[in-house]
Formats: sequence, structure tokens, C-alpha cells
Amino acid sequence: MKTFLIRRILAAIPLLVIVTFITQAMLVLSPGNFLDELRLKPNMANYIAEMEEKYHLNSDNVLERYWYWLKPALRGDFGNSFMKSAPVSSLISERMLNTLMLTGSALIFSWALAIPLGVLAAVYRNRWIDKLCGFISFFGLSIPSVFFSMVLVYFAAVTGWFPAGGIHDQVNWDYMTGAERVLDTLWHLVLPTIVLGTIGMAQYMRQMRSEMIEVLSQDYIRTARAKGLSRWRVIRRHALANAINPLVSLFGLSLAYLLAGALITEYVFDWPGLGSLVYEALVSKDEPLVMASVTMLVVMLVIGNLIADLLLAIIDPRVRLE
Amino acid sequence: MSDRTTPEENISPEERAALAAEQQQIVAELEPGLPVVETIPPPVTGGEIIAAPLSKASARGRSPSRILWMKLRRNRTAMFGLYTLALLYASTILAGFLAPYRYDYAATSLPFYPPMLTRIHFFDESGSLTRPFVYAISPVVGQHAVYEEDRTRRYPIRFFARGGQYHILWVIKSDIHLFGVDQPGHIFLFGSDGDGQDIFSRILYGAQVSLSIGIVGIAISTALGMLIGGISGYFGGATDFALMRAVEVLLAIPSLYFILIMRNMFGSAMSSLEIYLVMVIILALIGWATEARVIRGMVLSLKEQDYVVAARALGFSDARIIVRHILPNTLSFVIVTATLSVPFYILGEVALSFLGVGIQLPEASWGNMLIAARNNYYLKTYPWMLTPGLFIFIAVMAWNFLGDGLRDAADPRTLG
Repeated sequence: MKTFLIRRILAAIPLLVIVTFITQAMLVLSPGNFLDELRLKPNMANYIAEMEEKYHLNSDNVLERYWYWLKPALRGDFGNSFMKSAPVSSLISERMLNTLMLTGSALIFSWALAIPLGVLAAVYRNRWIDKLCGFISFFGLSIPSVFFSMVLVYFAAVTGWFPAGGIHDQVNWDYMTGAERVLDTLWHLVLPTIVLGTIGMAQYMRQMRSEMIEVLSQDYIRTARAKGLSRWRVIRRHALANAINPLVSLFGLSLAYLLAGALITEYVFDWPGLGSLVYEALVSKDEPLVMASVTMLVVMLVIGNLIADLLLAIIDPRVRLE
Repeated sequence: MSDRTTPEENISPEERAALAAEQQQIVAELEPGLPVVETIPPPVTGGEIIAAPLSKASARGRSPSRILWMKLRRNRTAMFGLYTLALLYASTILAGFLAPYRYDYAATSLPFYPPMLTRIHFFDESGSLTRPFVYAISPVVGQHAVYEEDRTRRYPIRFFARGGQYHILWVIKSDIHLFGVDQPGHIFLFGSDGDGQDIFSRILYGAQVSLSIGIVGIAISTALGMLIGGISGYFGGATDFALMRAVEVLLAIPSLYFILIMRNMFGSAMSSLEIYLVMVIILALIGWATEARVIRGMVLSLKEQDYVVAARALGFSDARIIVRHILPNTLSFVIVTATLSVPFYILGEVALSFLGVGIQLPEASWGNMLIAARNNYYLKTYPWMLTPGLFIFIAVMAWNFLGDGLRDAADPRTLG
């Protein structure tokens, strides 16, 4: 277990280095920088010189620039954001929490729906419920998150049942008690969760169905039934435990998709997450912010994959963490 | 499953399975191209054998692609997808002719006019059938984007009417449109946007960008993926290790972030054509990874096959063996993966244009047409601004239907 964790963390280091280096290279190669706009204003010369000195912005040498980013970053200092002139880490931590909240609830949504529906579709294969599930999964795999988000925003705007965007009530937030704040945030979470969770749900449901069909045809299922166990007890205790394993590994793989999908969803719903932050930072050429966000994204992915592997080891005794 | 009733339909499952195995044997002997099909992983639909066996005679003399097509034709959803795509792409090519207005035509005095699909009249005031017409539109004075029909003026819909000039496939120049109404009347089938531009026409022109990017992108990334996957699988060793680590990095990063950062590298001072090319290249540079990994796996098993060993013994060069002997055998699977990946490119373009770093106005794309609907007030008041999204949905769904059908058809366990 310990060696496994150490090995996985060591394996993540090259990934982090490669991804941040490529990002830095692309930022250096992109035309212009944050200071271009400031140059047009008077009395900025001192500030510009200071910034160029501090962040080595006038150097086009990728390696040099990367080194000047990496050295403090290793100590946990990601620099100051250009546009908000606050430490990047304080800007990011809140956004990261919001993104984690959104992706987490999307995951719960997709699992909570996919597993029972997938099981039902497999048990009642080729019946109407299977066909309905097939339709839902096709729908979920095909609907573009841009469109789906907007349809739901429209739905919210017309009915007024849900907030049409944002993370909490702009007006009353300051006057709310703790419990009210939690409820209000959950309320704002519903629609983005549906958008983000649907695509995952479709994938998991398909996978669950085919695994379940495979497992249900096994001999030990027939044996269990022949022993006189009820159908649903066999499904719950014998079949499900085996059919669910491949889903857990799929969970690790789908994290990247989830985070990519979160960008668009966050953008449409004005959800203050990491995705919209990266977008804003890129538009305003806020390099420290972009670099730190990308780092955090990769860290989140690595940790997510690690969790998936640990989960698999917990639920499947045949898996050994080597 | 088949609607045909052949004598074979009545045989027992055991006999059927035996027959299926026999046919697999026959089919495998027909062409060296088919062993590949056996290496395809099982379909997600589970392990059922959908077999409506062929007789021996009919299995002979059929090429693998013909068998694939025959199986595909039986799949109703796949064919539905295929027909939808044919329709969509045909109208993309004929966009100039089908659209009553050019993509940059703007009736600035008529912003946000609601869809006119239901406002085409077939009967005149006395109730008798007449040629279809629309009434004149007049803005209500003093109010923004509120209209009433002016019942005193009628504009009959003219077919093959003359209008703005356009080109079909850059070659055929014309100014004849399928339908249109005389100026100053307007026909906005799906309504108009904030600049008074016809959404129907712009969807057709936008499809030229959004739909073609799928085809061009997949062509580039499939070529890249086949080449890199082929090299990686064939040579193995350090080359394989390095290439596969690159693939893993690409698959590990959330693609959209990477796409955005890459797009940022190119700056924004570009013509529409340049932006289009940059988008295709960026998407393909990220998309090849999936294909390469799959093809590498197939090449790994293929290179041990006798016919490859024979080719090597004959002294053919590595390049020739990869390109002429191994890669063609991965083709059926490449087609399946490619079809299922097309939506990635369509959605990638939509995302970029929607975020404002893709196709710029006045050019139309399905992504940049959706920008207007970002404004919650517009979205609520003028919901027809969402129409392009519906088309994205339809196109992606059709590709998925087709890809799914192709995957089932390419699976040897379902004999045609």
C-alpha cells in the first residue's frame, strides 16, 4: 500500500512537469503579454519594468521562463495574479473548491442513476425499460453540454423554479444563516449537476448494462439461484459486486472528460469554478494564474485516478496494490 | 436482426452457433483482411450473438466491406443516422442555394423576429387555397423587437427566386435560391437574430464550418493515428514507449483546456480561413491519441501473423509492410473509431466559437450563433436563438447512431 502510493506519486511528477512545461511554452509562444495594454497608458513605465524584472516577461527563452516559474512553485509560491494582484493560490483555492463541488455532485448524480438503471436494463433485457435506458444513454451521449446547459437555463428563466446561474443568491447571501446558505448553494447546484452528470451517466449505464449481462450468464449466478436465493438477492449480493468493478476503473478514465465538460458548463451557468478562471486568465494573458490552474487540474486528475485505484482495491479483493 | 424468414431461422441455437463458427471460418478464408475483425473487442451491448446466419453459398464471394454494409443496412437506427447525415451534408454543400439569404445579409430593422414557419399562409382571407405567402412585417413603433403582421401587404413565396450571389463548392456561381420573397418582404423560417440576420440561412452556412470540421479533422487525426500507432506497434521498444507516454499525457489532460491554451498561442489576428485551419489542426493534434492507441494494440497482434512474417521474409521494407500489409487490416476498426470520434471535432469547434476564440462574425458557425443566447434575457425572450444547438444535437446524435451501428456490424460475433 505504502509503496504503491509512493510509486504513483513519483509517476505523477513527470506528467506534471511535462504538462506545465508545454503550457509555459505555449504561453511564451503566444503573441503579446499582459503588459501590452498597460504600455498604452501613461505613467506605467516603472510598473512595467518591475513586472518584467519580476516575471522575466521580456525573455522568449522557454526554458528560462519555465525555470523562473518552477523554482518558487516548488516551494508552493505560484506568484501573484496579474489582473487581480492577489496571490494566485488564494484565488485558486476557492475556485477549485467550487469545481470539486460541481464535479463531485455530477459524479454522485451519474452513479446514483446509472447503476440502478443499468441493472434494470440488463435484467429486463430487450423489454421496454431496456429500450428506455438505451434511449436515455444515447440522448446523454449526444447532447452537447453547450446546448443542454442553455436549454436548462431557459427552463429556469421561464419557470423560475431554479436559479438561472451563479453559485449563490447575490442579494440575500449576506443575511443567510449557515443552513440557508447550504440549501441555497445546493439549489444553484441542481441544473449544472444535471448537465455535467448526464454524459457520465450515459457512459456508466451502458457499461453497467453490458457488465451485468455478462455476469448474469455466469454459472455461479445459476448456482445461487438453484440454491433457492431470490432473484433480487442474487443480483444484489452476487452479480452487482462483480459487475461494478470495471465501472470503478472507468471512473478514473472519465475524470478528464468531466473536468473538460465542466469548463463549458461553468461558463454557461456563471459557476465560479476553475474552468471559467482558466478561460478568463487566458483571455487576459494572466500567466501565473494559467500556470497554477493547469497544475491544480493535473493534481486533481492524479488524485482522482489514485482514488479510483484505491476504491477498486477496496471493493475487489482480487486487486492487489503493487 | 432480420425481417427475412429463411429456413435457417428455425434451427436450434446450438446448430446456429455451429453454423456461425463455420461461416466465420469461411469469411476468414476469403481475404487476409478479415483476421482483423476477430481482434475487435466485444461490443458494449454485451455478449449476445445476433446471428441470422447466411448460407455457405451467399457468404462466398463477398468482400468484408460488402458484408459490413449488408449488416449495417439491417440496423434501423444506424441507417437513420446515415440518412440524417446525408441530408445534413447535402444541404451543407447546397447551402447557398437552399438559404434564402446570404450569411452576411442583415435586415437591421428587424432584430429578433420570431420564427415564421407557422406564419406561412396557404389560404387567403376568403379561405380559398392560394400560393403560399407571408404578410409584411412592421415593427411596432417605440418598442424594441415587437412586431405585427401587416395584413394589407402580401409577399408570395417565390421558388427559384433571384437573390444574393453565392458559390457552391467554390466553383458554381449563382444567384438563384430555392425560395424567397420579394424585397422589402422577409422570410425568416427560424426567426432572425439580434442583427436581423436570418437564422435558417446562417444555420446552413454555419453547417459548412461546423460539419466540415468533423470530416477534415477526423481525416487528419486518423492519418496521424494510423501512422503513429503503426510505427509504435510495429517497432516496439523505446519508440513505442516514448510514443505511448505522449499518448497518455494527451489523454490525461482535459482536452478543452489544452485546446484553449493552444488556441491562445496563435493569437487572434487571423482571417476566418486561418482560424478554421488552426482549429482543425489543434483538434486533430489532440484527437489522434485515441486512434493511435487502438491501432497500436491491433498492430501488436497483427505483426505476428503469418502473412506479415512472410512479407518480412520476402525482404519488403518496414515502411511497405506497415503501410501495405498491416494498416489496411486495421481499416474496419479505424472506420468505427473515426465515425465515433467525429462529434469530438464538431463539439470542439462549437466550444471554441462559443467561447469567442473560433469563427468570428460575420461568418456563421453553430458555435458563434449560440453566443447571443448566453444573455439570459435574450434567451428567455427569444428562445429561437437556441435553434443552432438543436442542429448540433442532431448532427452529433446521427454520427453516434451510425458509429454504433458500424461497431455492431464490424463485430464478427454478429454475422450478417
